[in-house]
Amino acid sequence: MGNCRVKQSRRKFIKAAAAAGGLLATGIVNPFNAVIFATERPEDPTKPWWGYGIDIEKCIGCGRCANACKLENDVPKEPFYFRTWVEQYTIKNDGSVKVESPNGGINGFKQTVPEADIFKAFFVPKMCNHCHKSPCVQACPVGATYDSPDGVVLVDESYCIGCRYCVQACPYGCRYIHPEKNVVDKCTLCYHRISKGKTTACVEVCPTHARILGDLNDQEGELYSFMKNHNCLVLKPHLNTGSKLYYNALSAEVR
Amino acid sequence: MEQHYQYLYEMLSQVQGFIYPNELDLQWGLLIVLYPYITGLVAGAFILASLERVFNVKVLKPTYELALLTALAFLLVATMPLVSHLGHPLRAYEILSTPHSTSAMAIFGFVYLWYLMVVLLLEIWFDYRRDMVIWARQEKGFKARIYKILTLGVNDISPKTVKWDDKIGYFITVVGIPSAFLLHGYVGFIFGSIKANPWWSTVMMPVIFLFSAMVSGIALVLFIYMAVSYIRKQKIDMKALDTIAKYLFYILILDFTLEGLDQIHRIYEAEESFEILSLLVHGPLFLTFFIFQIFLGTIIPLIVLGILQFYKPREFTRRVIYLVSSLLVLLGIFFMRWNVVIGGQLFSKSFYGFTDYKIRIAGSEGLLWSMAWIIIPFIILAFLLWLLPPWKKVPAEPA
Amino acid sequence: MPPQLKTLIPLFAIFIFLFLLGRYLLVPESFGEQGHYRFNSVAENKDLSLQYAGRDACAECHDDKALEMESDMHAGLSCEICHGPGMVHYDNPKAGQLIIPDQREHCGLCHATNLTRVDKIAQVDLADHNPDQKCIECHNPHLPWEIAE
Repeated sequence: MGNCRVKQSRRKFIKAAAAAGGLLATGIVNPFNAVIFATERPEDPTKPWWGYGIDIEKCIGCGRCANACKLENDVPKEPFYFRTWVEQYTIKNDGSVKVESPNGGINGFKQTVPEADIFKAFFVPKMCNHCHKSPCVQACPVGATYDSPDGVVLVDESYCIGCRYCVQACPYGCRYIHPEKNVVDKCTLCYHRISKGKTTACVEVCPTHARILGDLNDQEGELYSFMKNHNCLVLKPHLNTGSKLYYNALSAEVR
Repeated sequence: MEQHYQYLYEMLSQVQGFIYPNELDLQWGLLIVLYPYITGLVAGAFILASLERVFNVKVLKPTYELALLTALAFLLVATMPLVSHLGHPLRAYEILSTPHSTSAMAIFGFVYLWYLMVVLLLEIWFDYRRDMVIWARQEKGFKARIYKILTLGVNDISPKTVKWDDKIGYFITVVGIPSAFLLHGYVGFIFGSIKANPWWSTVMMPVIFLFSAMVSGIALVLFIYMAVSYIRKQKIDMKALDTIAKYLFYILILDFTLEGLDQIHRIYEAEESFEILSLLVHGPLFLTFFIFQIFLGTIIPLIVLGILQFYKPREFTRRVIYLVSSLLVLLGIFFMRWNVVIGGQLFSKSFYGFTDYKIRIAGSEGLLWSMAWIIIPFIILAFLLWLLPPWKKVPAEPA
Repeated sequence: MPPQLKTLIPLFAIFIFLFLLGRYLLVPESFGEQGHYRFNSVAENKDLSLQYAGRDACAECHDDKALEMESDMHAGLSCEICHGPGMVHYDNPKAGQLIIPDQREHCGLCHATNLTRVDKIAQVDLADHNPDQKCIECHNPHLPWEIAE
């Protein structure tokens, strides 16, 4: 009798354990199915969810994007305030990496390394990654920077206290303190333009179509096919920022 | 602003390698070095005071009130460098009205208020209430009126009520110890939680900040106790002094071990950021890191205080040694804060280069204002010692 | 209850009440509507004024130039790449004169020899290729392969 009871309870336990194990397994496995580029999608797929693509293979380093951005968005002219800028990477045959971005690329670039020493060279435009899990939004102590419902990281300049914690938190160096307004300033993805049906200033002036603005919810859209047809990467993926700026032909040297 | 541009153009010529263009303007300067330094002094001084009260280290009695008042004097100033550094100081209230729950910085206002209102002010009030009632009767005029206001009208000094003072005061001290840990461990978390910055982002940061806080706070009380005794021409209680120095020595060992562990861990793991951090400590930070923080601020005091644990020279020599050691430790911890705050911003997050930082003399971020923020707490302390002199406390009648 | 607490507890209660009152009065309108931020700020960011009008806006009047460009290598380029932001001009054609850059360096931004962009775009050594002339003296920027005599 007692023996039988033990057996029964053991059987029950095994059943329960199996059920729990199964739950656990699906619980662990399921979220991974949803992770695309380490970002999850917002709840409403009918609304736009802005993302951005940059094709390094197409960029010729003319710096028109950085220039147009300053003119469109009232960014100070001085060479240490940028919402977007272009970097020239030169990887030499000896393995060393040379990076430069004189005035953000607005005045163009010169390649001073002789041809014989160059292993490869390319331009990398940089801007806010409009991260879905933004470290800057996380860090803002007062809620003066936020992820808008359509996935753009914006600043409330009438509410920012200017503590600069978000500048420290951004891994990509995309924020600066506006010297006249004394609040933080950053790329808004030309929110005033894209919400009126226009494209961003940088996309407008890019002569080689290296920059793509797009809606990540639009499966017919340009950005979607760009990501589908190229091997895209984000910057610093190990930081798990949920970056929505996708680069084609991104080299490992780029940081 | 023109001046700022001029400064930045000057810095532009100092850049080594490549930095993101926005990184040239170093965001947190001398004022933010002072912030963890001052809060650290507060937390450390308070923990020394609670040693006497909670852990019953009776030899420390002569420094108990002194340590508390020191903590208060520095705590009152602790927010000033922060607020004056803001781009919009008048919006500072937002951190209390709409604190962002995910931000490590947002709860600072609450941690600060808790520590000031619930811990320090209350503990001092309970400790001094009976004396203030007595002083209010003895003194005349203005000072008597201040004491009357400070007692908040609780004038009962019957043994039963005084016993309550002691009981609740003890309870607050017990609450205060975790609060002091919270205050400074939390300041470490502000830096340690920034994953973008490999020099800051370590789980050790709150612990290191806490122990360095205790080291600096104990050294400060050691120094202030000697200075106050000298000014008052009173004989120093050498037993108390020896005990404080002993604690300083022990906690300095712990602090040094923890920081060493952190660095060894970095060196051994040698992650992506290792090369740039290695260049950082051997280049721009060499003087402040190896010479000021480690050699002068840690190794020398460790050796000297260590020797004193085995060999006791005569009193005067010991006093000189304690004075020099405490000042060296205070200097070393200042540069520890410097190396964290400034050092963390000197290298580019691209790991390809360095920007530069030069202290400016004038301006709200300048050297003069920063020195003021260090001197003002001493003036407040002098006032507090005049108002609430620990040496004039009336001993309680034996129960 | 000890007399100390009889005084302190009401004092702290008043303090907390004042704090909550202050907080109630200081939290701005629309804060927290969508998340931990002032939701009106989204609309404020939308309302900023535009500087760049966009290619279609230029083509509304200058359809001849737009058509002309489509026949050569500069097809598809936005007018404002070279002529600068044109929204002011679009709103009031008499005001807001646009720029007509004629410096060699301007063309060089894209076309000056640079090994980094080799094979990506037509390149010219500015120091070598007719250094004393302006590019646009020979090349019509709208039809760059039509060389003037």
